[in-house]
Amino acid sequence: MSPLLFTVAAFGIAAIAGLVGALLGLGGGIIVVPSLTLLLHVDIRLAIGASIVSVIATSSGAAAAYVRDHLANLRVAMFLEVATTLGALTGAFVAGMISTSMLEIVFGVALATSAVAMLRKRQASRPHAAGRGSSIATKLGLEGSYFDASERAQIDYRAQNAGAGFGLMYVAGVLSGLLGIGSGALKVPAMDLAMGLPIKVSTATSNFMIGVTAAASAGVYFARGDIHPLIAAPVASGVLVGAFVGSRFLSRASNRLIRVAFVVVLLWISAEMLARGIRA
Amino acid sequence: MSSTKDTERIESLLSVLLRSGVTISFVLILLGTVASFIHDPTSWISPRGIDVLLSRQASNQTLGGILAGLQAVRGSAIVTLGLLVLIATPVLRVAFSLASFAVMRDRVYVVLTAIVLSLLILSFALGRAL
Repeated sequence: MSPLLFTVAAFGIAAIAGLVGALLGLGGGIIVVPSLTLLLHVDIRLAIGASIVSVIATSSGAAAAYVRDHLANLRVAMFLEVATTLGALTGAFVAGMISTSMLEIVFGVALATSAVAMLRKRQASRPHAAGRGSSIATKLGLEGSYFDASERAQIDYRAQNAGAGFGLMYVAGVLSGLLGIGSGALKVPAMDLAMGLPIKVSTATSNFMIGVTAAASAGVYFARGDIHPLIAAPVASGVLVGAFVGSRFLSRASNRLIRVAFVVVLLWISAEMLARGIRA
Repeated sequence: MSSTKDTERIESLLSVLLRSGVTISFVLILLGTVASFIHDPTSWISPRGIDVLLSRQASNQTLGGILAGLQAVRGSAIVTLGLLVLIATPVLRVAFSLASFAVMRDRVYVVLTAIVLSLLILSFALGRAL
Protein backbone atom coordinates (compact mmCIF):
# COMPACT_ATOMS: atom_id res chain seq x y z
CA MET A 1 0.00 0.00 0.00
CA SER A 2 1.26 3.49 -0.82
CA PRO A 3 1.65 5.95 2.07
CA LEU A 4 -0.84 8.27 0.37
CA LEU A 5 -3.55 5.58 0.19
CA PHE A 6 -2.72 4.45 3.74
CA THR A 7 -3.08 8.01 5.05
CA VAL A 8 -6.46 8.46 3.34
CA ALA A 9 -7.73 5.05 4.59
CA ALA A 10 -6.52 5.62 8.16
CA PHE A 11 -8.11 9.08 8.14
CA GLY A 12 -11.45 7.61 7.01
CA ILE A 13 -11.44 4.87 9.65
CA ALA A 14 -10.50 7.37 12.34
CA ALA A 15 -13.23 9.82 11.28
CA ILE A 16 -15.90 7.12 11.68
CA ALA A 17 -14.43 6.06 15.04
CA GLY A 18 -14.39 9.66 16.23
CA LEU A 19 -18.02 10.21 15.25
CA VAL A 20 -19.23 7.06 17.03
CA GLY A 21 -16.95 7.75 19.99
CA ALA A 22 -18.25 11.28 20.55
CA LEU A 23 -21.88 10.12 20.33
CA LEU A 24 -21.43 7.33 22.86
CA GLY A 25 -18.80 8.68 25.26
CA LEU A 26 -16.24 6.18 23.98
CA GLY A 27 -12.75 7.47 23.24
CA GLY A 28 -12.89 5.89 19.81
CA GLY A 29 -9.65 4.02 20.53
CA ILE A 30 -11.49 0.78 20.98
CA ILE A 31 -12.70 1.06 17.35
CA VAL A 32 -9.45 2.47 15.96
CA VAL A 33 -7.16 -0.31 17.26
CA PRO A 34 -8.99 -3.33 15.77
CA SER A 35 -9.72 -1.42 12.52
CA LEU A 36 -6.07 -0.48 11.99
CA THR A 37 -4.81 -3.99 12.75
CA LEU A 38 -7.51 -5.91 10.86
CA LEU A 39 -8.05 -3.63 7.83
CA LEU A 40 -4.65 -1.96 7.38
CA HIS A 41 -2.41 -4.63 8.97
CA VAL A 42 -0.74 -2.16 11.29
CA ASP A 43 1.41 -3.61 14.10
CA ILE A 44 -0.80 -3.68 17.21
CA ARG A 45 1.74 -1.70 19.25
CA LEU A 46 1.76 1.14 16.72
CA ALA A 47 -2.03 0.96 16.45
CA ILE A 48 -2.33 1.37 20.21
CA GLY A 49 0.18 4.25 20.15
CA ALA A 50 -1.85 6.08 17.47
CA SER A 51 -5.04 5.24 19.34
CA ILE A 52 -3.95 6.76 22.64
CA VAL A 53 -3.23 10.06 20.85
CA SER A 54 -6.58 9.92 19.04
CA VAL A 55 -8.27 9.27 22.39
CA ILE A 56 -6.85 12.55 23.70
CA ALA A 57 -7.99 14.32 20.51
CA THR A 58 -11.56 13.02 20.83
CA SER A 59 -11.80 13.88 24.49
CA SER A 60 -10.39 17.39 24.21
CA GLY A 61 -12.21 18.22 20.97
CA ALA A 62 -15.63 17.07 22.11
CA ALA A 63 -15.14 18.15 25.73
CA ALA A 64 -14.72 21.76 24.62
CA ALA A 65 -18.26 21.68 23.23
CA TYR A 66 -19.74 19.81 26.23
CA VAL A 67 -18.18 22.21 28.75
CA ARG A 68 -19.57 25.17 26.82
CA ASP A 69 -23.05 23.57 26.88
CA HIS A 70 -22.71 22.92 30.66
CA LEU A 71 -23.20 19.20 30.12
CA ALA A 72 -19.84 18.08 31.60
CA ASN A 73 -19.61 18.39 35.40
CA LEU A 74 -16.10 19.64 36.24
CA ARG A 75 -16.24 18.69 39.95
CA VAL A 76 -17.47 15.18 39.26
CA ALA A 77 -14.71 14.90 36.62
CA MET A 78 -11.94 16.12 38.90
CA PHE A 79 -13.02 13.92 41.84
CA LEU A 80 -13.12 10.83 39.61
CA GLU A 81 -9.88 11.69 37.77
CA VAL A 82 -8.00 10.98 40.99
CA ALA A 83 -9.22 7.39 40.59
CA THR A 84 -8.63 7.11 36.82
CA THR A 85 -5.07 8.47 36.84
CA LEU A 86 -4.20 6.32 39.85
CA GLY A 87 -5.70 3.37 37.97
CA ALA A 88 -3.85 4.24 34.73
CA LEU A 89 -0.54 4.16 36.62
CA THR A 90 -1.43 0.80 38.18
CA GLY A 91 -2.50 -0.51 34.77
CA ALA A 92 0.72 0.57 33.07
CA PHE A 93 2.67 -1.18 35.82
CA VAL A 94 0.60 -4.41 35.65
CA ALA A 95 0.73 -4.42 31.79
CA GLY A 96 4.24 -5.79 31.92
CA MET A 97 3.12 -8.84 33.92
CA ILE A 98 -0.05 -10.13 32.17
CA SER A 99 -0.35 -11.49 28.61
CA THR A 100 -2.25 -9.41 26.02
CA SER A 101 -4.67 -12.24 25.18
CA MET A 102 -5.61 -12.56 28.85
CA LEU A 103 -6.25 -8.80 28.96
CA GLU A 104 -8.44 -8.96 25.85
CA ILE A 105 -10.59 -11.67 27.45
CA VAL A 106 -10.89 -9.73 30.71
CA PHE A 107 -11.87 -6.60 28.82
CA GLY A 108 -14.36 -8.46 26.62
CA VAL A 109 -16.11 -9.80 29.71
CA ALA A 110 -16.14 -6.37 31.37
CA LEU A 111 -17.66 -4.78 28.25
CA ALA A 112 -20.37 -7.45 27.90
CA THR A 113 -21.27 -7.00 31.58
CA SER A 114 -21.74 -3.24 31.30
CA ALA A 115 -23.71 -3.64 28.04
CA VAL A 116 -26.15 -6.05 29.73
CA ALA A 117 -26.43 -3.75 32.73
CA MET A 118 -27.29 -0.79 30.49
CA LEU A 119 -29.89 -2.83 28.59
CA ARG A 120 -31.62 -3.90 31.80
CA LYS A 121 -31.98 -0.33 33.01
CA ARG A 122 -33.33 1.04 29.73
CA GLN A 123 -36.77 1.98 31.06
CA ALA A 124 -35.19 4.27 33.63
CA SER A 125 -33.31 6.27 30.98
CA ARG A 126 -35.30 9.47 31.53
CA PRO A 127 -33.36 12.11 33.43
CA HIS A 128 -34.44 11.84 37.06
CA ALA A 129 -35.01 14.57 39.62
CA ALA A 130 -32.27 15.28 42.16
CA GLY A 131 -32.22 12.72 44.98
CA ARG A 132 -30.86 13.30 48.46
CA GLY A 133 -27.29 12.42 47.43
CA SER A 134 -24.78 10.48 49.50
CA SER A 135 -22.84 12.26 52.24
CA ILE A 136 -19.54 12.25 50.28
CA ALA A 137 -21.35 13.59 47.21
CA THR A 138 -22.89 16.41 49.26
CA LYS A 139 -19.58 17.28 50.90
CA LEU A 140 -17.80 17.40 47.53
CA GLY A 141 -20.59 19.29 45.79
CA LEU A 142 -21.15 16.54 43.21
CA GLU A 143 -24.31 18.07 41.81
CA GLY A 144 -25.39 20.29 38.98
CA SER A 145 -27.97 21.34 36.48
CA TYR A 146 -28.23 21.31 32.70
CA PHE A 147 -30.76 22.10 30.00
CA ASP A 148 -31.98 18.93 28.30
CA ALA A 149 -32.84 19.83 24.69
CA SER A 150 -34.95 16.72 23.98
CA GLU A 151 -36.90 16.98 27.28
CA ARG A 152 -37.11 20.78 26.95
CA ALA A 153 -36.44 21.19 30.66
CA GLN A 154 -33.76 22.26 33.10
CA ILE A 155 -32.63 19.07 34.91
CA ASP A 156 -31.15 19.23 38.44
CA TYR A 157 -29.13 16.23 39.56
CA ARG A 158 -27.07 15.03 42.52
CA ALA A 159 -24.65 12.07 42.65
CA GLN A 160 -25.34 8.94 44.68
CA ASN A 161 -22.81 6.28 45.73
CA ALA A 162 -19.70 8.44 45.21
CA GLY A 163 -17.54 5.67 46.72
CA ALA A 164 -18.77 3.01 44.30
CA GLY A 165 -18.28 5.41 41.36
CA PHE A 166 -14.73 6.13 42.53
CA GLY A 167 -13.95 2.39 42.76
CA LEU A 168 -15.33 1.70 39.28
CA MET A 169 -13.33 4.62 37.89
CA TYR A 170 -10.17 3.11 39.33
CA VAL A 171 -10.94 -0.11 37.42
CA ALA A 172 -11.61 1.96 34.25
CA GLY A 173 -8.24 3.67 34.76
CA VAL A 174 -6.47 0.31 35.16
CA LEU A 175 -7.97 -0.96 31.88
CA SER A 176 -7.03 2.31 30.16
CA GLY A 177 -3.43 1.95 31.26
CA LEU A 178 -3.34 -1.73 30.32
CA LEU A 179 -4.87 -1.49 26.82
CA GLY A 180 -4.05 2.09 25.83
CA ILE A 181 -7.68 3.11 25.43
CA GLY A 182 -9.85 5.77 27.03
CA SER A 183 -12.22 3.18 28.53
CA GLY A 184 -15.25 5.46 28.24
CA ALA A 185 -17.29 2.24 27.92
CA LEU A 186 -16.73 1.75 31.66
CA LYS A 187 -16.67 5.41 32.71
CA VAL A 188 -20.19 6.13 31.44
CA PRO A 189 -21.89 3.26 33.37
CA ALA A 190 -19.88 4.17 36.49
CA MET A 191 -21.59 7.57 36.49
CA ASP A 192 -24.91 6.66 34.87
CA LEU A 193 -25.62 3.36 36.67
CA ALA A 194 -23.59 3.56 39.89
CA MET A 195 -23.80 7.28 40.68
CA GLY A 196 -27.25 7.88 39.19
CA LEU A 197 -26.17 10.83 37.03
CA PRO A 198 -28.18 11.64 33.85
CA ILE A 199 -26.85 9.79 30.78
CA LYS A 200 -25.99 13.02 28.92
CA VAL A 201 -24.03 14.37 31.88
CA SER A 202 -22.30 10.98 32.23
CA THR A 203 -21.37 10.87 28.54
CA ALA A 204 -20.09 14.45 28.47
CA THR A 205 -18.15 14.13 31.74
CA SER A 206 -16.66 10.82 30.57
CA ASN A 207 -15.42 12.48 27.37
CA PHE A 208 -13.95 15.26 29.46
CA MET A 209 -12.09 12.81 31.76
CA ILE A 210 -10.80 10.48 29.04
CA GLY A 211 -8.11 12.94 27.88
CA VAL A 212 -6.49 13.11 31.30
CA THR A 213 -6.59 9.33 31.71
CA ALA A 214 -5.05 8.85 28.26
CA ALA A 215 -2.38 11.50 28.91
CA ALA A 216 -1.26 9.43 31.90
CA SER A 217 -0.24 6.58 29.59
CA ALA A 218 0.64 8.55 26.41
CA GLY A 219 4.05 9.51 27.84
CA VAL A 220 4.97 5.84 28.17
CA TYR A 221 3.99 5.07 24.57
CA PHE A 222 5.84 8.12 23.30
CA ALA A 223 9.03 7.21 25.17
CA ARG A 224 8.83 3.65 23.77
CA GLY A 225 8.57 5.02 20.20
CA ASP A 226 5.12 3.47 19.72
CA ILE A 227 3.60 6.77 18.60
CA HIS A 228 4.58 6.78 14.90
CA PRO A 229 3.87 10.16 13.20
CA LEU A 230 2.83 8.51 9.92
CA ILE A 231 0.03 6.55 11.64
CA ALA A 232 -0.82 8.93 14.46
CA ALA A 233 -1.21 11.94 12.11
CA PRO A 234 -4.13 10.65 9.99
CA VAL A 235 -5.66 8.85 12.97
CA ALA A 236 -5.59 11.85 15.33
CA SER A 237 -6.83 14.32 12.69
CA GLY A 238 -9.50 11.91 11.43
CA VAL A 239 -10.81 11.40 14.94
CA LEU A 240 -10.86 15.18 15.49
CA VAL A 241 -13.07 15.69 12.43
CA GLY A 242 -15.39 12.82 13.41
CA ALA A 243 -15.64 13.95 17.02
CA PHE A 244 -16.46 17.50 15.96
CA VAL A 245 -19.40 16.28 13.90
CA GLY A 246 -20.45 13.81 16.62
CA SER A 247 -20.52 16.41 19.39
CA ARG A 248 -22.84 18.52 17.23
CA PHE A 249 -25.38 15.68 17.22
CA LEU A 250 -25.27 14.67 20.89
CA SER A 251 -27.62 17.23 22.43
CA ARG A 252 -30.19 16.45 19.73
CA ALA A 253 -30.25 12.62 20.00
CA SER A 254 -32.77 11.21 22.50
CA ASN A 255 -31.60 9.39 25.63
CA ARG A 256 -33.06 6.10 24.46
CA LEU A 257 -31.34 6.34 21.08
CA ILE A 258 -27.95 6.93 22.69
CA ARG A 259 -28.43 4.05 25.08
CA VAL A 260 -29.56 1.47 22.49
CA ALA A 261 -26.72 2.45 20.14
CA PHE A 262 -24.33 2.15 23.09
CA VAL A 263 -25.50 -1.39 23.94
CA VAL A 264 -25.10 -2.59 20.32
CA VAL A 265 -21.59 -1.15 20.03
CA LEU A 266 -20.54 -2.57 23.40
CA LEU A 267 -21.71 -6.10 22.54
CA TRP A 268 -20.04 -6.01 19.13
CA ILE A 269 -16.72 -4.85 20.55
CA SER A 270 -16.98 -7.34 23.39
CA ALA A 271 -17.37 -10.25 20.92
CA GLU A 272 -14.43 -8.89 18.93
CA MET A 273 -12.24 -8.70 22.03
CA LEU A 274 -13.19 -12.19 23.24
CA ALA A 275 -12.54 -13.71 19.80
CA ARG A 276 -9.12 -12.06 19.59
CA GLY A 277 -8.18 -13.13 23.09
CA ILE A 278 -9.26 -16.76 22.62
CA ARG A 279 -7.65 -17.08 19.16
CA ALA A 280 -4.24 -16.03 20.48
CA MET B 1 -18.56 26.57 47.49
CA SER B 2 -18.24 28.80 44.43
CA SER B 3 -20.85 30.94 42.78
CA THR B 4 -22.44 29.82 39.52
CA LYS B 5 -20.93 32.84 37.74
CA ASP B 6 -17.37 31.79 38.61
CA THR B 7 -18.06 28.25 37.44
CA GLU B 8 -19.45 29.52 34.14
CA ARG B 9 -16.45 31.77 33.51
CA ILE B 10 -14.08 28.89 34.24
CA GLU B 11 -16.06 26.60 31.99
CA SER B 12 -15.85 29.00 29.04
CA LEU B 13 -12.10 29.58 29.59
CA LEU B 14 -11.56 25.80 29.78
CA SER B 15 -13.46 25.40 26.54
CA VAL B 16 -11.14 27.93 24.86
CA LEU B 17 -8.03 26.21 26.27
CA LEU B 18 -9.10 22.79 25.04
CA ARG B 19 -10.09 24.13 21.63
CA SER B 20 -6.80 26.05 21.22
CA GLY B 21 -4.69 22.99 22.10
CA VAL B 22 -6.57 20.81 19.67
CA THR B 23 -6.55 23.46 16.90
CA ILE B 24 -2.81 24.14 17.20
CA SER B 25 -2.00 20.42 17.10
CA PHE B 26 -4.37 19.87 14.16
CA VAL B 27 -2.68 22.65 12.15
CA LEU B 28 0.82 21.33 12.99
CA ILE B 29 -0.15 17.76 12.01
CA LEU B 30 -1.68 18.98 8.75
CA LEU B 31 1.31 21.24 7.89
CA GLY B 32 3.76 18.46 8.75
CA THR B 33 1.96 15.94 6.58
CA VAL B 34 1.84 18.36 3.62
CA ALA B 35 5.51 19.29 4.14
CA SER B 36 6.63 15.67 4.11
CA PHE B 37 4.55 15.00 0.99
CA ILE B 38 6.08 17.97 -0.86
CA HIS B 39 9.54 16.92 0.30
CA ASP B 40 9.28 13.41 -1.17
CA PRO B 41 6.18 12.85 -3.37
CA THR B 42 7.54 9.77 -5.17
CA SER B 43 7.85 7.62 -2.05
CA TRP B 44 4.35 8.75 -1.01
CA ILE B 45 2.83 7.14 -4.10
CA SER B 46 5.14 4.11 -4.34
CA PRO B 47 3.02 0.94 -3.91
CA ARG B 48 4.99 -0.61 -1.04
CA GLY B 49 6.13 2.67 0.51
CA ILE B 50 4.11 2.27 3.69
CA ASP B 51 5.95 -0.91 4.77
CA VAL B 52 9.31 0.81 4.25
CA LEU B 53 8.27 3.89 6.21
CA LEU B 54 6.69 1.93 9.06
CA SER B 55 9.66 -0.38 9.48
CA ARG B 56 12.00 2.61 9.71
CA GLN B 57 12.73 3.57 13.29
CA ALA B 58 11.16 6.93 14.12
CA SER B 59 13.87 9.42 15.02
CA ASN B 60 11.60 12.06 16.55
CA GLN B 61 11.02 10.52 19.96
CA THR B 62 13.35 12.84 21.86
CA LEU B 63 13.14 16.62 22.23
CA GLY B 64 16.57 16.96 20.59
CA GLY B 65 15.42 14.86 17.66
CA ILE B 66 12.32 17.00 17.21
CA LEU B 67 14.33 20.25 17.35
CA ALA B 68 16.86 18.96 14.80
CA GLY B 69 13.98 17.84 12.57
CA LEU B 70 12.26 21.22 12.88
CA GLN B 71 15.46 23.05 11.86
CA ALA B 72 15.66 20.83 8.79
CA VAL B 73 11.92 21.48 8.18
CA ARG B 74 11.28 17.74 8.26
CA GLY B 75 7.56 17.07 8.02
CA SER B 76 7.58 14.19 10.49
CA ALA B 77 9.17 16.40 13.18
CA ILE B 78 6.40 18.99 12.72
CA VAL B 79 3.81 16.20 13.01
CA THR B 80 5.47 14.92 16.19
CA LEU B 81 5.44 18.42 17.68
CA GLY B 82 1.71 18.55 16.93
CA LEU B 83 1.22 15.20 18.67
CA LEU B 84 3.13 16.48 21.72
CA VAL B 85 0.91 19.58 21.88
CA LEU B 86 -2.09 17.24 21.84
CA ILE B 87 -0.69 15.10 24.70
CA ALA B 88 0.08 18.26 26.72
CA THR B 89 -3.45 19.69 26.33
CA PRO B 90 -5.16 17.61 29.09
CA VAL B 91 -2.18 18.20 31.40
CA LEU B 92 -2.52 21.97 30.88
CA ARG B 93 -6.25 21.61 31.48
CA VAL B 94 -5.59 20.07 34.91
CA ALA B 95 -3.03 22.80 35.73
CA PHE B 96 -5.63 25.42 34.74
CA SER B 97 -8.26 23.75 36.94
CA LEU B 98 -5.83 23.81 39.87
CA ALA B 99 -5.35 27.56 39.45
CA SER B 100 -9.08 28.22 39.16
CA PHE B 101 -9.96 26.16 42.26
CA ALA B 102 -7.23 28.08 44.13
CA VAL B 103 -8.78 31.40 43.05
CA MET B 104 -12.17 30.16 44.28
CA ARG B 105 -10.53 29.13 47.59
CA ASP B 106 -12.02 25.68 47.23
CA ARG B 107 -9.51 23.78 49.36
CA VAL B 108 -10.94 20.30 48.84
CA TYR B 109 -10.73 20.65 45.07
CA VAL B 110 -7.29 22.27 45.18
CA VAL B 111 -6.07 19.12 46.95
CA LEU B 112 -7.89 16.75 44.58
CA THR B 113 -6.59 18.59 41.49
CA ALA B 114 -3.04 18.74 42.87
CA ILE B 115 -3.14 14.95 43.34
CA VAL B 116 -4.23 14.46 39.70
CA LEU B 117 -1.52 16.82 38.40
CA SER B 118 1.18 15.05 40.46
CA LEU B 119 0.04 11.66 39.19
CA LEU B 120 0.23 12.93 35.58
CA ILE B 121 3.74 14.28 36.06
CA LEU B 122 4.73 11.05 37.82
CA SER B 123 3.42 9.03 34.88
CA PHE B 124 5.48 11.06 32.39
CA ALA B 125 8.54 10.53 34.58
CA LEU B 126 7.77 6.80 34.78
CA GLY B 127 7.40 6.71 30.98
CA ARG B 128 10.90 8.07 30.59
CA ALA B 129 12.26 5.53 33.08
CA LEU B 130 10.68 2.53 31.31
